[in-house]
Amino acid sequence: MDLGENYLTASEFATDQKTNHQPKVSGSSSNSSDASPSTSGLSISSRSPAPHDLINLYRSMYRIRRFEQTCGQYYASEHIRGFLHLYIGQEATGVGSISALEQQDYVVTHYRDHGHALARGIDTNRVMAEMFGRAAGVSKGKGGSMHIFDAAKRFMGGHAIVGAQIPLAAGIALAQQYLETNAVTIVYFGDGATNQGTFHETLNLASVWGLPILFFMENNLYGMGSAVGRVRVLGNDFTDAMAAYDINAISVDGMDVLAVREATESALQRIRAHGSPLFIEAKTFRFVGHSYADRGDQYRPRSEIEEWKKRDPIVTYPKHLVKSGIATKIELSEVIEEVNGEIEAAVKFALQTPDPDLSELLEDIYA
Amino acid sequence: MIQSMSELTFREAITMGLVEAIESDERVFIMGEDIGEYGGAYSVTRGFLEKYGPKRVKDTPISEAAFIGAGVGAATVGLRPIVELMSMSFALVGFDQIVNMAANIRYMSGGQLSVPMVIRAPTGAGVQLGATHSQSFETWLAEVPGMYCVCPSNPSDALGLLRTAIKDDNPVVFAEHAHLYTSRGTVPRDYYDIPLGEASVARAGDDVTLVSYGYGVKILHEASDTLEETGVSAEVIDLRSLHPMDLDAVVASVQKTGRAVMLDTARRLGGVMAELVAETQERAMDWLDAPIIRVGAKNVPWPYNRALEQDALPSPQDVVDAVGKTIAF
Repeated sequence: MDLGENYLTASEFATDQKTNHQPKVSGSSSNSSDASPSTSGLSISSRSPAPHDLINLYRSMYRIRRFEQTCGQYYASEHIRGFLHLYIGQEATGVGSISALEQQDYVVTHYRDHGHALARGIDTNRVMAEMFGRAAGVSKGKGGSMHIFDAAKRFMGGHAIVGAQIPLAAGIALAQQYLETNAVTIVYFGDGATNQGTFHETLNLASVWGLPILFFMENNLYGMGSAVGRVRVLGNDFTDAMAAYDINAISVDGMDVLAVREATESALQRIRAHGSPLFIEAKTFRFVGHSYADRGDQYRPRSEIEEWKKRDPIVTYPKHLVKSGIATKIELSEVIEEVNGEIEAAVKFALQTPDPDLSELLEDIYA
Repeated sequence: MIQSMSELTFREAITMGLVEAIESDERVFIMGEDIGEYGGAYSVTRGFLEKYGPKRVKDTPISEAAFIGAGVGAATVGLRPIVELMSMSFALVGFDQIVNMAANIRYMSGGQLSVPMVIRAPTGAGVQLGATHSQSFETWLAEVPGMYCVCPSNPSDALGLLRTAIKDDNPVVFAEHAHLYTSRGTVPRDYYDIPLGEASVARAGDDVTLVSYGYGVKILHEASDTLEETGVSAEVIDLRSLHPMDLDAVVASVQKTGRAVMLDTARRLGGVMAELVAETQERAMDWLDAPIIRVGAKNVPWPYNRALEQDALPSPQDVVDAVGKTIAF
């Protein structure tokens, strides 16, 4: 793996902002000559969050892991149906970035959306109930796994056509510009979406109009079964290409929750200050298949999966917390127990809460 | 009476509706290709940019998917975008955003989000633009739950329906037949609006019910004039909205006349009238004295050559012939 070469680290991005000149940070060699790749260890933000917040990052990541594993079990038992796309392995990207958002900010994401929903603080019971298709689900059981919405949390979906959510997010950002709010819209998409027209069209539109939007690419290196290099002429790195849209871009280690958080904080500050879009590419990896129907090992060498698993944020991050004296092992095992109880309760809730009444079929079609 | 009406073109009526909306509601903005500096491909928004500025009147890149989707996003958080497509044929480029996003998002969010957005587009064949610029995809969009679809036939309806469409909290496709922009008609000076899903009796008659919408209503009027000369009294129903469709108005007319001919200016195969014929015969079978006949455009890609294009289009004579068949049945 050649992670960490030829792009700027999050801390440099932050430095760049402090000096308040705005070079194209996307991958030009002069900018990245002394970039320190964060392939090992975890970066610590200069604006170090409080220990409580640092432990909560772990709680949030572990909650997602446990939730997703549990969904897998209940998919196998056919309580959860349809398509199930698990976020296992990618927790640090969603948690790191969403933890940097303010309440006023909007989140728009793709169909691998449970992780983002939980990271945004949407009630675990209601997300689980949606998985089970229940009336108490966040989308009343009408959306399912791929269509999680919670308008109160400014969580604007869960969108299941690859790349289709990107223009929607630009529109939400346009409205913020129009209404002169200070809110930023963050839109998540994977490497697969980058070959859709909506991706390129929206980058141009957002740049031309100077929209307050953060394009957050979760590059897990495979669009379903297609390695990026097989389907994209420029290969695995995306930041260089952003120069074509005059959008500043940085790449960040998506397995490092603190690096992701710091990069996102810097980006948000900059977007709020300048009102123009930014692009973050987080290299990450799903440890499981594309969906539950895919074992994920036909098109990816086992060795690659094993290499990435060594960097599992659910393993590395708590070690870092203990090693740097932020949390004790006992504190972290308490977190695990609490979250396990929370997920168990969510399943219990989802099992017991009723399906929608059949009259719901005809509701919510029109406002 | 005369003092309370003005004569406007179809284009002027739509311009008036847009001006009203911009001036009365700060949440309304317009966006589309060349609607600002250029003034709109059909000049509907000429002078708007100078008058209302780039915030309210946004020229977009030629990126239908991006700006339709942006309209949807802006609508979900409280704005009321009016998106102009240069041609209904171009809706195909943004179809995913119209159907999967604009129409579906309310349902799949369990009613949390709504999309108060109007998508305006010139539609229809007959001006030799060839296959890619002459299609009438309002007939496809009319099927989609979660959105509405209207297609006015005259200036007064255009203004009344546009007012309603802009105030509605759902996505509305507003199909403007390109042949109609220069047509004239009287428009009430006092404020009025027209509910979506309400047909009108464009001409009263007793012997046969003729149904269409948009430019088709003009064809039906011409056919009715011809029929009148032969002593056949035709009732013309203007659907005005394709979704919701005013089945009651059509059934009521058929119950009176016992015969019906239904006209699509779009392709006959799978057209709106296929649906309407089916619904009408289910509801009014006992009143029908003859099968309902559908008239529509031929099932071909639209040709450039004028004679070929005219041959593909339905004509008033086609309607007259169809009426003859229902009477002879």
